[in-house]
Amino acid sequence: MSKHVVVIGGGVAGLEVAGQLSKAGIEVSVIEKEINTGGHLNNWYRLFPDRRDSSEVKEYLDGMTHNHGINLLTNTTIEVFKRNTSHFLITTNGGKELTADAIIIATGFDLFKSSRKEEYGYGIYDNVITSVDLEKMFRKGKIALTNQTVPETIGIIHCVGSRDEKVGNFYCSKLCCVTAVKQAIEIREFLPDSKVFCFYMDMRMGGAFYEELYREAQEKWGVNFIRGKVSEASETIENKLLIKVEDTLAGRPLKMKLDMLVLMAGMEMSEDGEKIAGIVGLKTGENRFFAATDNLIGSNRSNIDGVFYAGSCTAPMNIPETISHARAAVVEVIDYLNDGIR
Amino acid sequence: MDKFGFTISAGRQIDYDSNNRRLAEYIFEKEPSFRLCIECGGCSATCTTANFTGFSLRELHILIKRGENDQVRQNLNKCMLCGKCTLVCPRGVNTRNIVVLAKNAFQKSDEYEI
Ligand SMILES: Cc1cc2nc3c(=O)[nH]c(=O)nc-3n(C[C@H](O)[C@H](O)[C@H](O)COP(=O)(O)OP(=O)(O)OC[C@H]3O[C@@H](n4cnc5c(N)ncnc54)[C@H](O)[C@@H]3O)c2cc1C
Ligand code: SF4
Ligand code: SF4
Ligand code: SF4
Repeated sequence: MSKHVVVIGGGVAGLEVAGQLSKAGIEVSVIEKEINTGGHLNNWYRLFPDRRDSSEVKEYLDGMTHNHGINLLTNTTIEVFKRNTSHFLITTNGGKELTADAIIIATGFDLFKSSRKEEYGYGIYDNVITSVDLEKMFRKGKIALTNQTVPETIGIIHCVGSRDEKVGNFYCSKLCCVTAVKQAIEIREFLPDSKVFCFYMDMRMGGAFYEELYREAQEKWGVNFIRGKVSEASETIENKLLIKVEDTLAGRPLKMKLDMLVLMAGMEMSEDGEKIAGIVGLKTGENRFFAATDNLIGSNRSNIDGVFYAGSCTAPMNIPETISHARAAVVEVIDYLNDGIR
Repeated sequence: MDKFGFTISAGRQIDYDSNNRRLAEYIFEKEPSFRLCIECGGCSATCTTANFTGFSLRELHILIKRGENDQVRQNLNKCMLCGKCTLVCPRGVNTRNIVVLAKNAFQKSDEYEI
C-alpha cells in the first residue's frame, strides 16, 4: 500500500517537499491555512541575489504540485492531532480526518511586527514603511509617499526586531541586510534622482553573491552606508522624518531629515506554528522557532518520531536554503518510511 | 637654516601591551553586561549630552576596554547619569552603571591600581 505524508504549510518549503515526495511515489496532502499556496513568496517582487521575478519560483513550485497529483487542502488548519501505534490521525478545522504515516511541518515564519519598535514610529508617522510594504510598492510599479508625491531621500534601517534584546530576539534574521541592499538598488532604479541611506550595525553579506550585490549598490547605484543604530525617528512640521543616529565611524552624532523610512523587519517564529507546536507536542528553542534534535546533522528531525521539519519554521532562511532544507527533509522521511527509524 | 616645521609627536597608536586595562576588568566583574556591547552607537545617538559635547558613551566603552584611561578620565564627568541610553541598548548593557562604576574606580584609583 502506498504511504501517505501530510505536510503542514504550503509555502516554498511545503510545496517543494510535497512535489519531491510525490515524485518518489508517495501520496501527499498539503494543509495550507490561506486560500493560496506560496506563503511569503507571494509578496516579493524580485528576488536576491540575481533579481529574478518571484513569480518564476512560484511557477516552478506550482508545476511541482500540479504535475504530481498532490492533494491540496487550502483554507485549512489542523485542530486535533493524535498518534496510534502505526499512524498519525489528524482532524482539520473543517472536520475532515486524515491518516498519515509521517508528518512534515513547514509552517514558515512571521514578519516581526514593526509597531513594537515604537521609537521608529511605524503605524504612527506617515511614510514609515516596512520592507514588505516596499515590495508591494515595487509590485504596483510606484513608490510614493502618503500624499502621492515621490520621495527624494529614503532611509533604510537594518535589524528592526532582530539582534535586539528589547524585543526578546537575540538572533540575526540573516537576510535583511541583503534585502536592504537589493531594495536600495531597486529604489534607485525606480527613482534615479533619489538618495538612499542604509543605517546598519554590521553588513552581513554571508550568502552566495551577496557581497557582489553590496559592491554593485555602492559602485553603480551610489547607495550610502552609515554605520550606527538609529535610536529614534520623529516627524517634523513639514512632514519629514528626522532620525537620530551616531555615525560610529566618524564618532559623532548625526541627524538627518528623510522623506521615507523603510524598516528591515526581521523574521520570527510564526504564531500559527506556535499553535501547531502546542497541538502536536513539538519542542521550540530559545529563539521560539521549532527546535531540531541536532543542529548539525539532524536539522530536519523533531522530538517526535515520524514528524520532520522543513524550511524557515526552524530558523531564518533564504529561498535556496529553504529548498535545500526541504529536499533534505524528503530524504529523512523516505528513510523513515522504509525502515521506521527516527 | 630652513625650518620644515617637523616636531616629534607622541605616537597615535593604542599601545595595547603597556596600557593598563584594570579599569575594564573591574567593570567586567561588577557589571558583566559591559562585555556585550557591540559598538552600535544607539546609546550615544539618544544621549542629550552627546549632541552638545564631544561625549560618546559608545566611545567611552571602547576606550575603557583598550585602557586609554586619560581620555576616559577627561570625558567621564560629561555624562549626566540620566539613564536614557539604557532604554535603547539592543544588547541590554546596563550603560549608566558603567559610568557609575568607572567613577567609583577612579575615586579609589590607588586601591584598583588604575
Ligand atoms: C522582506 C523579505 C524579503 C525576502 N526576499 C527574499 C529574496 O529576495 N530571495 C530569497 O531567496 N529569499 C527571500 N526571503 C526569504 C523567503 O521569504 C523565505 O526563504 C521563504 O518564504 C521561506 O519559505 P517557507 O515555506 O519556509 O515559509 P513561508 O513562506 O512563511 O510559508 C509558510 C506557509 O505555511 C502556512 N502556514 C503557517 N502555519 C500554518 C498552519 N498552522 N496551518 C496551515 N498552514 C500554515 C503559511 O500560510 C504559509 O503559506 C525574504 C524574506 C523577507 C522577510
Ligand atoms: S541580516 Fe543584517 S539587518 Fe538582518 S538582523 Fe542580521 S545584521 Fe540585522
Ligand atoms: S546616562 Fe549619560 S550617556 Fe546615558 S544618555 Fe544620559 S547622559 Fe548620555
Ligand atoms: S547601545 Fe549598547 S551595544 Fe550599542 S554602543 Fe551603546 S552600550 Fe554598546
